[in-house]
Amino acid sequence: MIKNSLIALVLASFVFMFYHLYMSYEPKTELSGIAAHYAEHGAAEVGAANLVTAVVVTYRGFDTMGEVTILFLTASIISFFLKLSKKDEEKVIVHRGTSELLVTASQILIPIIFLFGIYVFINGHLTPGGGFQGGAIIASGIVLSIMANPNREINHHAILWIESISGIFFVIIGILGIFLAGGFLDNRFISLGEFGDLFSAGAIPIIYSLIGLKVGAEISNILNRYQKSQKES
Amino acid sequence: MNNEYMYIVLALGVGILAIIMGIIAILNEKLSIAVIAAGVVSLFASILFLLMSAPDVAMTEAAIGSGLSTLIFFYVLNKIKKYND
Repeated sequence: MIKNSLIALVLASFVFMFYHLYMSYEPKTELSGIAAHYAEHGAAEVGAANLVTAVVVTYRGFDTMGEVTILFLTASIISFFLKLSKKDEEKVIVHRGTSELLVTASQILIPIIFLFGIYVFINGHLTPGGGFQGGAIIASGIVLSIMANPNREINHHAILWIESISGIFFVIIGILGIFLAGGFLDNRFISLGEFGDLFSAGAIPIIYSLIGLKVGAEISNILNRYQKSQKES
Repeated sequence: MNNEYMYIVLALGVGILAIIMGIIAILNEKLSIAVIAAGVVSLFASILFLLMSAPDVAMTEAAIGSGLSTLIFFYVLNKIKKYND
């Protein structure tokens, strides 16, 4: 009884708090401050047709590096906790047979999914999407391949190398920005090119491709760990 | 004008479906159904993001929210089933 009344009290206080927030909210009719600067000068300064990418990769590039680091830490912690013993590692589980439909469909779909993921992160500066989305799409292709063939071993070393090398090059390109252009992760040390072209917006396509590979490798690594942890007795 | 009306109806419908799926996820006895319902909530949320013209967020939500996290939930369910029985 006392528990329920406490819950009701908490809910009532939430209603009180949010009611005031809601009543005092007035939608802004025009952009203000830094948002207006991004919207007005973003295209000219960065050269990316997709303004979201311009903000995520250059203006707030340092935050993006933090996010990638967080994802890396998550992947390492999951790998650490789901580590298998030598005996479990070698165990082979006999899976209930996968349906013919899934196996056949996966053979056609997996290359298309990978291609779409790569398309999304290479065109991150032109169309919606970018490194994180492309990486997640690539990882979902890996999911399909795991589901179609549960005993397939994903090459752990390849994932590790892709992840490390793209992370290192991301930071190197950021530092190049300090020396050759205005600051850390400045994209203007490569010419901005024609607005709207594939090879435009300076270093953004390179940075986003590296982020996409890194994110894809990390999420695939997490899924691979979960898949392997099913062997644990 | 007519277009805007359609947009509101669509957004409301998707929102109500998402709430129904959320209630199913909370109240259902079977955990596997609850996990799938939670994944469907993410799918509807990604449609809502698309309607609110945030395609970047919608892509992330569809891939991670309804795809990968549902799968990870299933792995964990499979893992804890041994201890629950």
